[in-house]
Amino acid sequence: MANVISDETIEYVGILAKLELSGEEKEQAKKDMGRMLDYIDKLNELDTTGVEPMSHVFQVQNVFREDVVTNGDDSENIVKNAPEEKDGMFVVPRTVE
Amino acid sequence: MDMLAWSAVELAAKIKQKEVTVKEAVDAIFSRIEEKEKDLNCYVTLEKEKALKKAEEVQKKIDDGTLTGALAGVPVAVKDNMCTEGILTTCSSKILSNFIPTYNAEAVSALERAGAVMIGKTNMDEFAMGSTTETSAYGETKNPWNENHVPGGSSGGSAAAVAAGECFFALGSDTGGSIRQPASFCGVVGMKPTYGTVSRYGLIAYGSSLDQIGPLTKNVEDCAAVMEIIASHDKKDSTSLKREDTDFTSALKEDVKGLRIGIPRDYFGDGLDGEVRAAVLAAADALKEQGAVVEEFDLSLVEYAIPAYYTIASAEASSNLERFDGVKYGYRTEQFEGLHHMYKKTRSEGFGAEVKRRIMLGSFVLSSGYYDAYYLKALRTKALIKKAFDQAFEKYDMILGPVAPTTAPGLGKSLSDPLKMYLGDIYTISVNLAGLPGISVPCGKDQKGLPVGLQLIGDCFGEKKLLRAAYTYEKMRGDFGIPAFGKGE
Repeated sequence: MANVISDETIEYVGILAKLELSGEEKEQAKKDMGRMLDYIDKLNELDTTGVEPMSHVFQVQNVFREDVVTNGDDSENIVKNAPEEKDGMFVVPRTVE
Repeated sequence: MDMLAWSAVELAAKIKQKEVTVKEAVDAIFSRIEEKEKDLNCYVTLEKEKALKKAEEVQKKIDDGTLTGALAGVPVAVKDNMCTEGILTTCSSKILSNFIPTYNAEAVSALERAGAVMIGKTNMDEFAMGSTTETSAYGETKNPWNENHVPGGSSGGSAAAVAAGECFFALGSDTGGSIRQPASFCGVVGMKPTYGTVSRYGLIAYGSSLDQIGPLTKNVEDCAAVMEIIASHDKKDSTSLKREDTDFTSALKEDVKGLRIGIPRDYFGDGLDGEVRAAVLAAADALKEQGAVVEEFDLSLVEYAIPAYYTIASAEASSNLERFDGVKYGYRTEQFEGLHHMYKKTRSEGFGAEVKRRIMLGSFVLSSGYYDAYYLKALRTKALIKKAFDQAFEKYDMILGPVAPTTAPGLGKSLSDPLKMYLGDIYTISVNLAGLPGISVPCGKDQKGLPVGLQLIGDCFGEKKLLRAAYTYEKMRGDFGIPAFGKGE
């Protein structure tokens, strides 16, 4: 395997991905990611000099509209989906002491 | 009278002629579901009472002439990654195990306006990541042709429900083949439209630049009828296209004379199962007999589509799935210390292995120091793949090939080796990268009796040509049947 993923890399990617992996999951993730990157490295066979990265196939432009509410107020039903809510707001763990 | 063997368009016509009622159709579907669902597990959620209530409303509107469309009164199933107002929408994930959307996806609204009756939400690979419907948090779906095999994925529940007669048609979504491949494995018709043709509003995003909603149906006529209803310009989706040519049913003609069809040699190389190859080439011969001009060519770059796709799709997934954090909806872990720990623990417990694998890969390829080497490289490759297709479509009206290298694998055979599973997407994935339309039509069965699918790929906006060729082929092929019903009546 050409791509060897270090413990540090897995830790760092775990932070970016907001995932807490168990020891076993980390080992598996190292293997899986290394193997996928080996495979993705195949793209290096292609000369892409001067080729613009294509994010969309069609010309996509920002779609603007007036900032006017058109869909009514559904906040009551929306917050009902929250694991915890209070007075129409989402409750999160305390972040400032 | 075996109503369940009728196509969606046939059923709607008989409802209009008052041969059957909408309620009878819904009842027939639910007795079929009662009989088969315990074995097949096509659905995550069934809504019988709501469907019966809807049936009554729709019947009234058909009777008073307000609803006259080609699918009025027809029971439909919707993949569980499309938001449905007041109805559980899980993406087959634990993290959305209790999510009740407050609005409908635009495609679902379009079906509702046309008088289709939604009966439930179909099972899928978790967040549409997978090719077998085995990554669902709610159990695997089984292939109605042989219950020891997978239905394909990720829209496996939708494909299996259509094949088993547990609905008359279904909606799926296709990011790398997720409509066409299960359609192929389950012996039904599936279409992935040109990117931007069907609104993605309310479709829970996986790879936003690749995702498209499309129909899974019993035949090509139904496919065109559904396409006509769900294709629309939608201001709520900034990538939605304005198309004037969405009268898809006008393309249902038996005529392929002079149609130029290219067969990429690169699609018939190593790894393609012999029985699949034979069935697909026989279909090509059939079209040739009808006057199509069929020739082989080299598409090139085929082997680069999968690595480019998994880089781009994982990158987009890692970003799109950031919203699942245990705050606004869905699952939240019980024990935690502080906000960040809550996020991490919620996500780690809420997502399955395949979803985590792609979020990790996506986060990596977007991270500082790797973004250029991986993500931008993949986007440059995508541009080259698009160009290869552009060149092909200068010479051909469409491209013909297999949908997948094999027929449906056995249950439990795929997930242990993710990379091998990804390789099964080789013929479908580049269509999403290039934004093209593609259709899967049943073209045979292997020795085990498992269906083989024929794939036709069109240039952007080429759906009508695809439908015309698929319709012509289907008429020559004759009835494919659905499992347990055999030949339709």
